[in-house]
Amino acid sequence: MKNKYSIFSLIKNAFSQHENWKQAWGDPEPKREYEAIIIGGGGHGLATAYYLAKKHNMRNIAVLEKGWIGGGNTGRNTTIIRSNYLWDASAGLYDHALKIWENLSQELNYNVMFSQRGVMNLAHNLQDVRDLKRRTHANRLNGIDAVWLNTNQVKEFCPIINTSPDIRYPVLGGTLQRRAGTARHDAVAWGYARGADEMGVDIIQNCEVIGIKRNIDQVEGVETSKGFIKTKKIGVVAAGHSSVIANMAGLKLPLESKPLQALVSEPVKPIIDTVVMSNAVHAYVSQSDKGELVIGAGTDAYVSYTQRGSHDVVEGTLKAILELYPIFSRMKMLRQWGGIVDICPDASPIISKTNIKGLYFNCGWGTGGFKATPGSGDLFAHTIANDEPHKLNAAFNLNRFVSGDLVDEHGAAAVAH
Amino acid sequence: MFLINCPYCGERDQSEFSCGGEAHIVRPKQPTELSDDQWAEYLFMRKNIKGVQFERWNHAHGCRKWFNMVRDTSNDKIHAVYKMGEKPPVE
Repeated sequence: MKNKYSIFSLIKNAFSQHENWKQAWGDPEPKREYEAIIIGGGGHGLATAYYLAKKHNMRNIAVLEKGWIGGGNTGRNTTIIRSNYLWDASAGLYDHALKIWENLSQELNYNVMFSQRGVMNLAHNLQDVRDLKRRTHANRLNGIDAVWLNTNQVKEFCPIINTSPDIRYPVLGGTLQRRAGTARHDAVAWGYARGADEMGVDIIQNCEVIGIKRNIDQVEGVETSKGFIKTKKIGVVAAGHSSVIANMAGLKLPLESKPLQALVSEPVKPIIDTVVMSNAVHAYVSQSDKGELVIGAGTDAYVSYTQRGSHDVVEGTLKAILELYPIFSRMKMLRQWGGIVDICPDASPIISKTNIKGLYFNCGWGTGGFKATPGSGDLFAHTIANDEPHKLNAAFNLNRFVSGDLVDEHGAAAVAH
Repeated sequence: MFLINCPYCGERDQSEFSCGGEAHIVRPKQPTELSDDQWAEYLFMRKNIKGVQFERWNHAHGCRKWFNMVRDTSNDKIHAVYKMGEKPPVE
């Protein structure tokens, strides 16, 4: 690596007041033709480009981003990483990602601040208890660490939770995945961008795709705000805007795009050293290294591309947070925002070829795509390079909506969608 | 979040309503004769438009009647509301 980050480079640059750090990635103009084009410069798209270059030796590729890299959902999520999914296909997919996360900072020579602080999922009624226990058993059969905690153990693991039996939805126990945790979301996009750029990938920002050129059964290129670019392979990783790109190619996808909200509080001293998620009351909370509480709310129940979300959704989440953590009652919220998530009918992603040759989609991650970023990029790169899926993403094909072989993680995925 | 002018009750808060998704998807007349592709198209595939979309809404915490709405999903502006069975506005 040309500009390896290390303690020595840090010391060396300290002598020049940190004014001579080289740009981590370039700002090239698009070439007239690429071997492959990735639409969408978020974490998943940049990871796809990185693995295409690294593992499949495709260096003449470009990532097209309509805004700036990592400015979409990559910078808007609540940074939770876990792999405790119920079904075998999902467990394989998300744990593949988790294993990459564990060495990602070393691999990228970029600190993504991956912190395995554990993710705890709470149960608030008997059905939750049954479902979550079933899920821990399923996880362990798939080699994923998971334990069931009773109410006292929950209290011991996270003392600020109100475990009184008198609250509206009392805590009856919970599951804990200790390998799970959080990472710095921006750093993931930046680390992958730097790695991909190093290998010759063109990262083109402020370049909006406005059309897809195809003949009857093969893609020929993309029409962009910076002109026409020829290519035989297009990987679409456009998250909430996947359907918009699909419509340009004359395709329909089984997706609905909805705003998902999150918010952060004023920064305070360390108070919660894990991630606590609660399905039944739809509230999840962790604390960033800056000290802000990072709180995830739900989606609006209608299609919308406005990156805001409704007030009543946030209100519902904060009510639940206050009941579970009375200690937060006087905290002030600093920022609230929405990101557009593309939700599949079965709440599982699509990493797939399409019936148009050279057109691939990586979408439908819904409310939980961040955790999968490295695995998603790796498997999508495999799918694009070989024109067939890896065995880990074979189940996540577009054809499952025709065959009926769905990966139904709705309600099974440890979080309400 | 926005206000919806229910054709039966008048203007109410959106939180009183539930959205039934894309409108004017006609249930197949002969379900038994459909291919898997046609079923997938009917059940799952959606236009998911960024822009003006026709959709169904239900006044769930009100009169509980269904109706149609034309809304721009890029800014949540409502262009028209019309009853079930009525022809959608042209523009």
